[in-house]
Amino acid sequence: MRIGIDVGGTNTDAALIGDDGQVLATVKSPTTEDVTGGVAAALAGLGATRVSAVMIGTTHFVNALVEAARLEPVAAVRLGLPATAALPPLVDWPDRLRAAVEGAVHLCRGGHEYDGTPISDPDPDELKRVAADIRERGLRSVAISSVFSPVSDASERRAAEILAAELGPDVHLSLSSEIGKVGLLARENATIVNAALRPLAERTVAAFGEALLRAGITAPLFLSQNDGTLMDVDHARRYPVATFASGPTNSMRGAAYLSGLTDCAVVDIGGTTSDVGILVGGFPREAAGEALVAEVRTNFRIPDVLSIGIGGGSIIAADGSAGPRSVGYRLTSEALVFGGGTLTATDLAVAAGRAEIGDLSRVAGIDPARPLALIAERVAEAVDRMRTSAAPLPVVLVGGGSILVEELPGFSDVRRPPHFEVANAVGAAIAQVGGEVDRVFSGPRETVLAEARAEAVTRAERAGARAGSVRIVDVEELPLAYLPGDSVRVRVKAVGDLDLDKLGEAGRHA
Amino acid sequence: MREIGIDQLDDLARGAGILGTGGGGDPYVGKLLAREAIRRHGPVPVYDIGEVPPDATIVPVSGMGAPTVLLEKLPAGTEELTALRALEAVLGRRATHIVPIEIGGVNSMIPIAAAAQAGLPLVDGDAMGRAFPEAQMVLPTLIGVRNTPMALADDKGNTLVVNAVSNHWAERLARAACVQMGCQVSCADTVLRGDQLRDGLVPATLTLAEDLGRAVRLARAGHADPVAAALGVLGGVRLFTGKVVDVERRTTGGFARGRARLSAVRGETGTLELDFQNEHLLARRDGEIVATTPDLICVLDTDSGEPVTTESMRYGLRVTVIGVPCDPRWTTPEGLALAGPRYFGYDCDHRPLPAA
Repeated sequence: MRIGIDVGGTNTDAALIGDDGQVLATVKSPTTEDVTGGVAAALAGLGATRVSAVMIGTTHFVNALVEAARLEPVAAVRLGLPATAALPPLVDWPDRLRAAVEGAVHLCRGGHEYDGTPISDPDPDELKRVAADIRERGLRSVAISSVFSPVSDASERRAAEILAAELGPDVHLSLSSEIGKVGLLARENATIVNAALRPLAERTVAAFGEALLRAGITAPLFLSQNDGTLMDVDHARRYPVATFASGPTNSMRGAAYLSGLTDCAVVDIGGTTSDVGILVGGFPREAAGEALVAEVRTNFRIPDVLSIGIGGGSIIAADGSAGPRSVGYRLTSEALVFGGGTLTATDLAVAAGRAEIGDLSRVAGIDPARPLALIAERVAEAVDRMRTSAAPLPVVLVGGGSILVEELPGFSDVRRPPHFEVANAVGAAIAQVGGEVDRVFSGPRETVLAEARAEAVTRAERAGARAGSVRIVDVEELPLAYLPGDSVRVRVKAVGDLDLDKLGEAGRHA
Repeated sequence: MREIGIDQLDDLARGAGILGTGGGGDPYVGKLLAREAIRRHGPVPVYDIGEVPPDATIVPVSGMGAPTVLLEKLPAGTEELTALRALEAVLGRRATHIVPIEIGGVNSMIPIAAAAQAGLPLVDGDAMGRAFPEAQMVLPTLIGVRNTPMALADDKGNTLVVNAVSNHWAERLARAACVQMGCQVSCADTVLRGDQLRDGLVPATLTLAEDLGRAVRLARAGHADPVAAALGVLGGVRLFTGKVVDVERRTTGGFARGRARLSAVRGETGTLELDFQNEHLLARRDGEIVATTPDLICVLDTDSGEPVTTESMRYGLRVTVIGVPCDPRWTTPEGLALAGPRYFGYDCDHRPLPAA
């Protein structure tokens, strides 16, 4: 048995999955201020202790950024001089967040041109002076970025070596080449965010472990990543930013699991928004461009999700249109069926006989047909916008608010699977482990691809995947112009089932 | 005279993005450069063409290279002034004004940063009235103004002054040098005298870009139609409202060509095909050509009014395509030879936009 937990802003959901893959029990409890209280309550609700693994998906880290709270001041070290001096790190951050995160900014020599030739070589003496300044300011987390590090990470690694030697193991180093893609400011921003979250990540991961112990669970703990795969506790401490979009990822993966589909659209309808994503081969399609998180431009690898302002708490206007204003968590006091005075989307669902909650008599005079049809139309349009071809596409509805929708115009296959209301926790529980290769190869195309695939499979197995269960889910080739030989940047992602028998000490929280 | 300050930059960048007709590079990094330069040196005075003395020396300053490189290798911040000083050294005189070479895309922003740093005023206008991919595609070429001497500067402080037998040759040589210099350089070239501005520039395009960006923003804030607001400022014609159903990209005959097919939504009928290279160049409605370069073919997100670039065209986008007449000097035989459909490898002639 394994347990999946989704720690959201409002609710902590949990699901217990049997070894045969059946959902055995589910529970919803309010998320507590310290996060772990909700986890402990959810574990107590499930009542199972003899489990083989616990997987947690959490929005705790992204919420810290949104609130500009619990963040560590960061030394941002960028390698690229003389280039990039016009726009130093943190240049386009909102003031409040910048004040919370900015510890020091250093522009140094190093970095590469688009073709991998050095702009300038990193200067050890300069970096030692930077280390001295970091030590003097008492900063404990450093973000290192360099120009074109997705093409060559040599400068970043050299700088990390020098800074680590000078500052010792108590200072965290986050490298941009391990975090983002081409687009310096966006990648550097993500790296600074990661650095600012590292102490919080240490504390939170430790607290999750404690909650498990107190519940009598000694099984290893994993956290969900943006791409729907798991990371062990050690990785989660170092890359908290990799959890940022695990919420929508888990609900999409859970929807895939519960519906048995691997290629479909998923609509997760909550209290305030409907989030639409696309699953390809069982994994969420990733966003191509730059994503704004808490007003900071980043290029995290996050699922391509389109949110529209329709949810169970959406307020229905006089013309029958829903949202974007919502009563949110006050639904149980403000909706008509709960004795309140506001007509919400949930009231419509009750009036239409799609849900039995609250007091049906309070919505007796309401004709829900037209406003519900308008909601279905807007959700259908959002799904249509996200699809990438005209081929028929099944749609899976999950989330507590999905009772609003039964049919979608233009889509013949619309399903709401059992346990739809805790799809996110199920998604956390069934997550797999992945291995990724992303670097520049040279040689004949077939050889290069075979080499990259084999490396990705090895990495997935090393990360805990069962041998034989690993498959390649994504291959991307980016030919690099003006490079000698046939150099090509290859990105390969492999995933496999978690092999609980070969979990190493790294996977254990105790 | 008016001034461009930090508060105008967002609207200006949005408008410049639309005038980029799908190309010209994302103005984002340019906007940050202009913002930091204004923060340091103060707002930039802007003069109408008629306010510039006839003997003034007006220098267009711009960026050349790959927009993707600009997103990664941010400028040192010295490139614009270094290029300007290198040009002034061979000219033997100082610039009195700076002007954008193209109003579409990131090159609307670079001259603002340059003017702030140099302490010089800007002239309200540009040499294209839109975005074009090559250095000779400017109105000054049509009146015999040479784009050389052309000064290039990179982030390291390297400079190069190109002298060439024609404006086309200057483009060829500068492009090759640009690749060696890391695919991102600043240029100062195509020097104009004050009395050449009426013939060499499309007037008041900085104001146009700002008005356009503001109109779209206000329409969106007021839940009005942002595309109608854009048309109100530009005076163009709505060609099609639809959804992108197919995007195909290929390289043929040395041109990186793309084609997007749009199907009808919202009471529209039929289909529209867009042919693009760096910019949108040709629009066919049900097989019939309805718009061609050098007229502006602008693709806007139907709901937000934000410009849609050729790189970001993908299945499912809801877009409205509008046609905006180019400056009339582009539709003369000489203008069409420089930037008409045949120059871009299409086997058709320019035809005027349909009536609004």
